[in-house]
Amino acid sequence: MKGNQSKRVLSLAALMALIAAGCAMPVTPAAPAQPAAPAATEAPAAPEFTPPTDPIGVVQIGPNDPIHIAYMLVTSGSDGTLGIDSRRGIEIAIEDVGGKLLGHDIKLSGEDSGCNAEGGQAAAAKLAADSTIVAVIGSSCSSEMRAGGPTLSKAGFLIVSPSNTAPDLTDPAKRFPGYFRTAHNDKVQGAVAAQFVAEQLKLKKAATIHDGSPYAEGLANAFAENFEKLGGTITTKEAVGPNDTDFKPVLTKIAATEPEIIFYPIFVAAGSLITKQVKEVPGLGDKVVLMAADGTFSPDFIKAAGEAVIGMYQSSPDFSAFTGGYADFLAKHEKKYGEKPLSAFHAHAYDAFNMVAAAIEKVAVKGPDGTLYIGRQALRDAFAATKDYKGLTGTLTCDPNGDCADPKIAVYQQTEENLKKLEVPTTPIWKP
Amino acid sequence: MVATRTKRVIRLEPTDVFIYIIGALIVFVVVVGSIATLSQGKYSINAWVDLFVFGVTLGSIYSLIALGYTMVYGILRMINFAHSEVFMSGPFTAYFLAEAFSRSGFLNQSPVIALILIFALSMGTSVLVAVLIERIAYRPLRNAPRLVPLITAIGASFFVQYMFRGLYGTNIKVYPEIEALKGQITLGAFRVSYIQILVIVAAAAMMLGLHLFVQKTRTGKAMRAVAEDRSTAALMGINVDNIIVTTFILGGALAGAAGVLYALVFTQVHFFMGFIPGIKAFTAAVLGGIGNIPGAMLGGLFLGVIESLGPMLFLDGLGITAPYQLKDAIAFSLLVLVLIFRPTGILGERIREKKA
Repeated sequence: MKGNQSKRVLSLAALMALIAAGCAMPVTPAAPAQPAAPAATEAPAAPEFTPPTDPIGVVQIGPNDPIHIAYMLVTSGSDGTLGIDSRRGIEIAIEDVGGKLLGHDIKLSGEDSGCNAEGGQAAAAKLAADSTIVAVIGSSCSSEMRAGGPTLSKAGFLIVSPSNTAPDLTDPAKRFPGYFRTAHNDKVQGAVAAQFVAEQLKLKKAATIHDGSPYAEGLANAFAENFEKLGGTITTKEAVGPNDTDFKPVLTKIAATEPEIIFYPIFVAAGSLITKQVKEVPGLGDKVVLMAADGTFSPDFIKAAGEAVIGMYQSSPDFSAFTGGYADFLAKHEKKYGEKPLSAFHAHAYDAFNMVAAAIEKVAVKGPDGTLYIGRQALRDAFAATKDYKGLTGTLTCDPNGDCADPKIAVYQQTEENLKKLEVPTTPIWKP
Repeated sequence: MVATRTKRVIRLEPTDVFIYIIGALIVFVVVVGSIATLSQGKYSINAWVDLFVFGVTLGSIYSLIALGYTMVYGILRMINFAHSEVFMSGPFTAYFLAEAFSRSGFLNQSPVIALILIFALSMGTSVLVAVLIERIAYRPLRNAPRLVPLITAIGASFFVQYMFRGLYGTNIKVYPEIEALKGQITLGAFRVSYIQILVIVAAAAMMLGLHLFVQKTRTGKAMRAVAEDRSTAALMGINVDNIIVTTFILGGALAGAAGVLYALVFTQVHFFMGFIPGIKAFTAAVLGGIGNIPGAMLGGLFLGVIESLGPMLFLDGLGITAPYQLKDAIAFSLLVLVLIFRPTGILGERIREKKA
């Protein structure tokens, strides 16, 4: 028995060695091939052509190779609609340019980042390993970017998020180089929500709930700060876990502070449960006004929360202020996917892609043999210089901190009609 | 017994001292926090009663799941980490039946029959999944070192989770609500909704049934014998494999029922729903004394009530903002506390250590 076992171990070791050798084989010839490639392109090059240099690297795209753009969005799980919605925006944008940029095909690949810090880190690590990627469109949730952003930034990518809204991501002290966003900063959304509650609803006492994510916490704090400035009082600031299911204890606690409105800018899973459970908590029941934000502005949320959504308010990008192209976009979306947009950040993703494409067109240098050279820092600089870009979401200009959005936020109210059709409202009831 | 006790007191290890200090610290925070909160009188008696009732509801569900962990541990001395997926598979499958009933109107016409069918499908699926896991992932490894089945358990858990993700998709499925279960009873300070009553009564009935089964029937006796000593039980003519399968069937059925109750309370299911309740139920099983059936029930209820009451009772008075984010920390601190003073859990017997 013992001899048998050691033989087995030996043969296993031998097998491992064989596999290792087999794996190493293709790598060896590939390694010297890399330095050889530029030499080969230089030889037939006209004497005046020198490939561009760049402090953080140059992406070389062979004459028949595609330009590789990656997405990093949440595409599964309970918050999956948020990312799928954005991905569809990118896909439509690619179709609109005919799938080609500067004569090269566009390749779109991506990673699911799960709407949490761990997922963001894992997805960023995978993307960073692929040096063919020129730009990353993402992430969906601010938590993903907080965790994964440094990795993406170090890899030299241009990073453009269609839906990160946490204020600290574009705080000059905390921003990573190369990071931009086409979504609004929540400082704006928080202010709009607070103004709506204080001036339109004329309510004086509010409670907030966040789920510990940078998005929710940033937005809840922005709301609280502005609401207090407008003369309101925050009765209590609560926090829950994004995977919690039983919110009655925390709601019971909130009930004891007697707020007139609860503002809970969180995501679909927890948000829908809170919406439902509020009705079952004595002291809140039908009396308290509910308000959430764009993180729950999706049909999924309406379906999950059921009848409880009727009458609640949500702040979200103002679709009615989107430019004329938006109607076209919606028609294409309906045709391609057979349904209306799933969430609020499809147009932002569409604009993000087009702005990336415009920046690539500006900085890409074509070699005589058709090889495309894109300087990574040059690309970031070109993107940062975006000014008065006419996109679906408005006229976008990037500020020095990476905020490129033309923030138009409005407040929507859910009605019975929306619940019946399982669609988000399209006409805002109030805008600042 | 007395002699060993005195010996332990004399030989107090530094680590013991450290652990007892931590224990004392937790007790101190709990006591001071509770006194501070109660003396402020911010919350009415109704609020406390409501919190208690929520806690018991959630705790009953934890208990039902915990029973599955504890029975398997009692018999096989292994932790069946795939049990949380057994819990998820039932209600996730039964969702489609519930949705169909809801569309046809059958659910609200005769809710009792509909609920029985939903429970039956959910429990059936969970039993099937539990038995298959036992047959495929555990039985071939029955005599392997203890770490091996633990790892296959984790593997089986992932496999089942992602299988269901592939089968039913990643979206949240919304369980239909039953008209008959809306509304609540008010008895003085007590306000209990029908769903809560259903959960508590159903859980209590099932736990009583299980207790009677284990204590009064032949099979139950055989289960206890196998738990006591597997090889001797086999020598006495007990078919150990059959008893183990029975255990998985019972655990699966309870988990499937707990799943439907969970889905009725929280009205949504998705493929990842088993993870958190699974971890909590495992904690409940350890809290009550793993391998001990009444312990699992008690542990589940204790955990549910602490999670519901704890943050407000212990931390609010200390001026800590947003205490509910810390509810898991509180639950686990109390687990640490219990294990410091009773290393085998609330009802765990001291002999168990030797046997394992």
